[in-house]
Order: sequence, then structure tokens, then C-alpha cells
Amino acid sequence: MIFEDIKLLLTEKFGTGVIVGEETGGLQPALLIDPEQITPVCLELRNNPATYFDFLSSITGVDYGVEINRFGVVYHLASIPYQTQLTLKISRENDRRLDNLPSFPSITSVYRTADWHEREAYDLVGIFFEGHPDLRRILLPDDWDGFPLRKDYKTAEYYKGIKID
Amino acid sequence: MTVTNPKYSEALNNYYQKIANAEDMVLNMGPQHPSTHGVLRLELITDGEIVKEVIPHIGYLHRCFEKHAESLTYQQTIPFTDRMDYLASMNNSHAFVMGVERMLGIDKDISKRIEYIRVLVCELNRIGSHLIAIGTYGIDIGAFTPFLWCFRDREHIMGMLEWASGSRMLYNYIWVGGLFYDLPVGFEERCREFVDYFKPKMVELNQLLTDNEIFINRTANIGVLPLDVAINYGCSGPMLSGSGLKWDLRRIDNYSVYPELEFDVPIGKGEMGTTGDCWDRYKVRVDEIEQSLKMIEQCLDRLQKELKRTPDFDPRAKLPRKTIPKPQDYYIRCEGAKGELGFYFMADGKSEIPTRVKARAPSFNNLSVLPEIARGVMIADLIAIVGSIDFVLGEVDR
Repeated sequence: MIFEDIKLLLTEKFGTGVIVGEETGGLQPALLIDPEQITPVCLELRNNPATYFDFLSSITGVDYGVEINRFGVVYHLASIPYQTQLTLKISRENDRRLDNLPSFPSITSVYRTADWHEREAYDLVGIFFEGHPDLRRILLPDDWDGFPLRKDYKTAEYYKGIKID
Repeated sequence: MTVTNPKYSEALNNYYQKIANAEDMVLNMGPQHPSTHGVLRLELITDGEIVKEVIPHIGYLHRCFEKHAESLTYQQTIPFTDRMDYLASMNNSHAFVMGVERMLGIDKDISKRIEYIRVLVCELNRIGSHLIAIGTYGIDIGAFTPFLWCFRDREHIMGMLEWASGSRMLYNYIWVGGLFYDLPVGFEERCREFVDYFKPKMVELNQLLTDNEIFINRTANIGVLPLDVAINYGCSGPMLSGSGLKWDLRRIDNYSVYPELEFDVPIGKGEMGTTGDCWDRYKVRVDEIEQSLKMIEQCLDRLQKELKRTPDFDPRAKLPRKTIPKPQDYYIRCEGAKGELGFYFMADGKSEIPTRVKARAPSFNNLSVLPEIARGVMIADLIAIVGSIDFVLGEVDR
């Protein structure tokens, strides 16, 4: 199923508001999805016999830069029966305050791969996933301050009073 | 600067509560335990000998690959990719380099000899990685001899790759647009000697371990991973094909010169027990070694005949002066030694430094299925399951 058909399928099922844009400049086209509807969209893409995107390759948390204050999540889906790939993107503005992390719905109920990947995005970029069963830090220690992959992150000098070289 | 919103510390508190209120015994396995294959810590909630729950803790080997990649150029990042899966460095840099080349649009200009050399060293490295997997798996189960045999044979591969690249494990041999250097004179002959030497050794290894009654009893019907669970957890490589699915990105995506090579994709058939058990995953690795040997022979045939070394062949001739891709996002996936190895690049089109690089490590996803398949097994079987996943912590933690 090609890119245009997937767009048509999604707008028929969820209405025109579900796709907020698309990126077709590069080698791989991407669909920009309404963040609130990402879970049902993934479920539909996984279960629909015409698409069968049953394999979630990766989830990437992205900080789009200090000037635009935008955070996003990129999903790479793959279909094993059809041998196709699809990129979905969601993003939302945020003021970078540590008590107000950008928040997106979790898709762990659709793909269990998302469990650790969303924990990683939370750990390194500071993106909160609503409805995640166990959103703890995964790579860094539980008491680490800040989110290293944010563009405004200042490298920590001390960890528990120990100087970091 | 502490977390102020209670919503964010909820999961951590739940976890502490669970450990504190556990009425059963909480047992730590690792991080310094030989059978966890590196610095993996498993927290086991056990009822006698039965494992009720496994909570993996990773990150002890986190070296900030993605943070480093944000301040280095593409070419400078290649040594960092080597250190992800340090048992199969060639496969890592091959995936990374191919992604960058496709973004630059020079992937069609790479000469055939370079591509064949890349595939040759990648497959050699894949054999080395699988030998470690098989050898250490034997030692987990209690068989000491296969470990020594595997390391003896792997030493030949290490020696050859050192001869080509100058380094034993972390090669930095495959560069964007070419190679570090041509193969040394006599490499092809030496490699062919190794293949001839190694084939009977595999037969011996199969007699010693694969068909060993004790080994089969320890691994068959243990840690069965059903196919639907494997797909839903994003397992790939031998984990996925061990569950009975013919899925190999070398065939699916047809990258590099793999479409010109002849090889099969081995799958688990449940010969000794159930499809998707530990023995099947082990067997897929043994069969993949045979397929890799087949590919190496075909590469050598080409490299010694129509793609023979010529005095004017320069693997650095096509190195791009400036690696500035057009503004775009690109996700490249390859079949690494452990499974689907992916790199996601975000290029802004202005600088040689990518905005964001994300590594999708196969071991990371393969390991995440462990709590699911290790529920309710005996502690001794957990060792067998952990060994059969064959992860490398350098790749899990990146």
C-alpha cells in the first residue's frame, strides 16, 4: 500500500483532522499526525488487513531546537507481510519547564516495543507518555537531573558530590 | 533542580513500593555476574526456585552515543558506532555508512570491489559474533570445551580483520564513500584457507554441542517465544527467525551486494521441542554461520576474479569532500549480527553535524522481551534464556 493510500485510509476512518501535514522532501515521506489520535491511528494501521504495520522499529524523541520550543516523537513502523515502511511524526510546543514536560499518549497498548523506547525518550529527551505502565528512567540513574538530549542541557558537573570528568 | 511534578515520580515510587512490599525473595543477578554477559542487572522476585518476575536494569554501560553524535560530523561518528555492538563492529559501521551515503546520494557510485570487501568483512565479523554467542552459551549451560574451541576459531577472524584494518575489535574500516584501505595483499588467499579450515570445525562443534543430549535437555522447550509475541516486542535477527519467521533484511531490503549473493535464511523449526525455544535460537545462529561462510566464498570468488585488485584501485577515491546531506530525515535499517540495526538521521542541510542521530539497537529490543518469556521459569533456566537472547550490553546501553 503506497503513501497516498494510507493517507486516504486514515482520513476516511478518523476524519480530515487526523493528518496535520506531511513531509515528502526527503527519501522517506513522513505523515504528521494529530498527537491526541496517535494510539488509535497505530492500532488501525496495525490491525487493518490492507496495511498490517505489525512491527515497530523504533521511537525517537526529538527536541527541535531552542528557538522553536517544539518537541516531537517519530515512529518508524514496518509491515512484515507487505515489506513496507512508514514514518509517523507527532509534535507539540512546550515551554521547557521541568515540571511541565511535553506529553503525548503512549502506544504501549499497541506495540510492546514502545515500552522501553518510550522510557528511553523520557529518560534522554524528557517527553512524558500518558498511560505508560512503568515510565521510569532506563539508561541513566533514577536520580539524574535534567534530560541530556535536550538542546538547552548543561552538562552536569557533579553527580552525588562526585566530580564528573 | 529536582522533579517537582508528582506525576513524573509516580512510576518510580510504584517500583520502590513493589520491591519493598514483595513477600517473596528479591534476588539480584548481576551486574557483575558472568552469565549476564556484561553489566546487566536482573532483579528477580523469586518463590523458591521459581522466578515470578524479572525486572531488568540497564544503563551501566551508557556512553552517550546519541549525545556525542550531536557534536561530531558523520565521519567522526563512525568510531562511536563501532563501540555499540563491539563484537560485530563492521556491521555497525556498514549500516551507519550506508545511511549517510544514501542521504548524500552517492550510494550508487560506490565501486563493486568496495561493496564486496564490505560484505566480506561484515560476514566475517558476523561469524565472529555468532561464535561468541555459541561459545558463551555453552559455558552458561555448563559445557566448557565449546567456549575454547569457538574462541580459538574466532582468533583467526580477529587476526585477519586486524591485518586489514589495524585493530582487533574496533575497526573504523568502512568509511563514508569508501574504505580505510584496500585489503592487504594475500588476504583473499588467507581467507580462503580459513574457510577450508573452519568448515570441518563446524561439524565438530555440532557433534560436540548441537546434538549433545545434555545440551538439548537444558535448552529444548525452554524459554519458548511465540511468533506473535516476538513481533509485538520488536525482536529481530535470530530471535525472530528462531520463532519460525523467514525474515532477514539482507533479503527484504536487498541492500549492498546481497541481491547478487546466494544464501538461505535459516529459521527455527522446533526440531528438538517447540518452535521458538532456546535450542531453535541457538540453531539459527549455527546455520547462519554456514550461510555466512557461503557468502564469504562467493565474495572471494568475485574479489579474486572479475574484481581483482588493480594498481590504480583507490578505496578512498570517492570519499566526499563535504558530507552535507540535503535537509531530510532518513531511517536506515540493516541486518546486524543480532538483528535489525537501525540509524535514524535528522539532517538540517547546513552543517556536517547531524541534528539528531538515533540508534535502534537490536539487542535493546531483544532484551525487552525477557520479562515476558522468563515469567514462571526456574532460575537455572533463566540463565539458559538470557544466554539464548545473545545481547551485547554495549549495544543495549549505547
